[in-house]
Amino acid sequence: MEVPYKLEVIALTTIIIKLGVSVFPYSGKNQPPKFGDYEAQRHWMEITVNLPIQDWYRNTTDNDLLYWGLDYPPLTAYQSYLTGSVAKKINQDYVKLHVSQGFENFDHQYFMRMSVLVSDCIFFVSALYFYIRSLKMSNKYKWVFFALSSHSGLTLIDYGHFQYNCVSLGLTLWAIIFVSQGKNVLAAIAFSAALNFKQMELYHAILLFAGFYLLASCQPKGSSLPSQLKNLVQIGAATVATFAIIWYPFLQIHDWLLQQVIVRLFIPFQRGIFEDYVANFWCTLNVVIKIKRLLNPTSIASGTIT
Amino acid sequence: MLWRIFASVTFGKLLFIPSYRSTDFEVHRNWLAITHSLPLNKWYIDDTSQWTLDYPPLFAWFEYILSWGALLFDPEMLKVNNLNYASQNTILFQRISVILTDIVYALGVQKCLYSFGNNQGGKVQKDAEKWFSSSTILAFLLLCNVGLFMVDHIHFQYNGFLTGILLLSVGSILQKENLKAAFWFSILLNLKHIYLYIAPVYAVYLLRSYCFDIQKSKMTFHFKRLIKLGVIVVTTFGFTYGPFVSQLQQVLSRLFPFENRGLCHAYWAPNFWALYNIVDKILAFLGHKLGWIDPLSKVTASMTGGLVQEFEHAILPSIGPKTTLVFTILAILPAVVILLKQPNQPRVFIRAIVLCAFASFLFGWHVHEKAILIVITPLTLLAVSSQEDCRLFMLLSITGHVSLFPLLFTPFENVLKIVVVLTYSLASYSFLSALHYDPKSKGTLLKFRSWERFFLYGLGFVALFESCIHSMVDPSGRLPFLPLMIMSVYCAVGIIYVWFSFVIGSLKTEKKISKQK
Repeated sequence: MEVPYKLEVIALTTIIIKLGVSVFPYSGKNQPPKFGDYEAQRHWMEITVNLPIQDWYRNTTDNDLLYWGLDYPPLTAYQSYLTGSVAKKINQDYVKLHVSQGFENFDHQYFMRMSVLVSDCIFFVSALYFYIRSLKMSNKYKWVFFALSSHSGLTLIDYGHFQYNCVSLGLTLWAIIFVSQGKNVLAAIAFSAALNFKQMELYHAILLFAGFYLLASCQPKGSSLPSQLKNLVQIGAATVATFAIIWYPFLQIHDWLLQQVIVRLFIPFQRGIFEDYVANFWCTLNVVIKIKRLLNPTSIASGTIT
Repeated sequence: MLWRIFASVTFGKLLFIPSYRSTDFEVHRNWLAITHSLPLNKWYIDDTSQWTLDYPPLFAWFEYILSWGALLFDPEMLKVNNLNYASQNTILFQRISVILTDIVYALGVQKCLYSFGNNQGGKVQKDAEKWFSSSTILAFLLLCNVGLFMVDHIHFQYNGFLTGILLLSVGSILQKENLKAAFWFSILLNLKHIYLYIAPVYAVYLLRSYCFDIQKSKMTFHFKRLIKLGVIVVTTFGFTYGPFVSQLQQVLSRLFPFENRGLCHAYWAPNFWALYNIVDKILAFLGHKLGWIDPLSKVTASMTGGLVQEFEHAILPSIGPKTTLVFTILAILPAVVILLKQPNQPRVFIRAIVLCAFASFLFGWHVHEKAILIVITPLTLLAVSSQEDCRLFMLLSITGHVSLFPLLFTPFENVLKIVVVLTYSLASYSFLSALHYDPKSKGTLLKFRSWERFFLYGLGFVALFESCIHSMVDPSGRLPFLPLMIMSVYCAVGIIYVWFSFVIGSLKTEKKISKQK
């Protein structure tokens, strides 16, 4: 007695739960002057829609980097631009330059939450669905994996606190799907896109690229060196091309612009070895050995890299 | 398994505490206030708020008990003059009260499960623990019923609690505990008088199957049993209405406000009269256009006007409460027939309840669209045991739940209603297909007739039209009632179709059995 459509029902149920989380408040609601991540995302829409591209990462009179300055790579900026353009069409007040700071309103919350839902469905839910469907395992338990993967942490952060992690995680998942299907070039494009959406994907980068290079060199078995080189070159070219297309507007203007963007991306290095509360080694160690007091930020930064 | 499902669904319900509330929220807050703050003799007289008490006294007692809980959350909500008071704690309290009273619903479902799984006590217990069995599926279909979710936990009402008591009563009949069934049903009638709709079924069944007894073609009448039933009914009614004996006239006028209500609710319930209305409007419109009617006459031809209170029809004869009563009684006859001809069979009893609820929904006076839930719940009980009923259940539940869409119209709920109805329908379809899987036939999926499938596709379009397309196509709102009218009429067609099929199915089985005799 095989129950059909199990996976689809579970996928829809996770969406119901996400909608349920959406009706609750978001990060920084009703908390001036700084508000929270929700305001940060709205502010980025405001900046990208109203200012020219060279000003997006620059500290100008119109763009105060201390108030939620852009610190994600350009793909986030483009996504903010797209969402912001839609926002502008619905209601100009959502993204009016300067005036819309701290804009809070029920319809706006609905709009922002729907933008997360749409991004989630396009990138993450679709990837998860196709990935699990392709797994060579008994149909009986596939829905369990789907449910577990739509885990509460991601739901709470994306639909509650408010972020767009689903996009970068979804793109990474697509990269993995492509790798399992042997489509290395598509995988390279997908992962480069993920990396250019959120630099946090660097955590996954080492494995993926190492995996890539290894794969490219060993596969297919017994093939000649030229074809292996061909694979390597294809992957490399795809990666470089993706980066080039995304970073193009920032490359062509001035050297300092590129440097400025990279500084913004890795600003955490100035903030210190850890921020607020995070369940990792450094924060725990800090309870006994006050690392932040002993060393200055830059030496810590170089220490952690090496 | 049942309690695991119930726990999961309860967590889900908690997520929707901050969502849209209708005026029914204020209605119940007001009732908490008047039962707590005013003396008994003022309960049915007070009209500080427009939402006066119009449920029977037992429900007023229920609100009174709840009001003591309300004290712990926010005493301000209990002040009669605090109209539309909705602090965070008030919302929290009221929502949680609905969620917790759903335990009664779970208990009702449990009672029915015992009799429905496999007809043997011990085996049912084991079956109920399996992931996949008719008991678990029935538990899922009932506990996760999306109509109850939309009406109770978003729109705001206490139907879960009431349906639980109905199921306790039905479950008692299934287990042949007729006196208990009578008791629970009397309680139910004293909580919400809408259940008068199905009272005839109880009356006929209990008289025919409990009071009359046929053994070896000898019919005995158990007078003692009739007395016992009478005592139960009279005691419960007496206990409920006793304190209000002096105000009986006032209480009844609140319960049955015939003067102020028209044939149809503002949003036409998808019943026979909705079709009657639309035919009337079309005839009037055509009449004007084709010059059959004198343009100076008072016949209204507008397609959008007069949708609130339908008192008079333009071309077809106007319908009054007495006419609807006649139609309803005629429509209930099949239920009476099968109850008389096949006594002492609980499954026939459930069929009769479905038929009776259908009749009242389709032909009643001022029917609310929410009443379709009273038809869907007993039909769910039949769906797990018969393929034919299963198909009709699927059609009715999808159509019925979509017909509830106009209740939820705010942005979030607009998206939510589509997702939850889709999920529930797909899940029911999935589980029921697997349950009724016939290894001999080729497909594993439940098959609909081709016209039924087309109807469902059309229903999808109507649902999308109501929720998104209409507002995109007509943002200025020139024809605000158009989507409601379309929804009403389209769903009415579906519901009448299911009713007809169900009547024929019920009479056919009756004929078969009587032929066997």
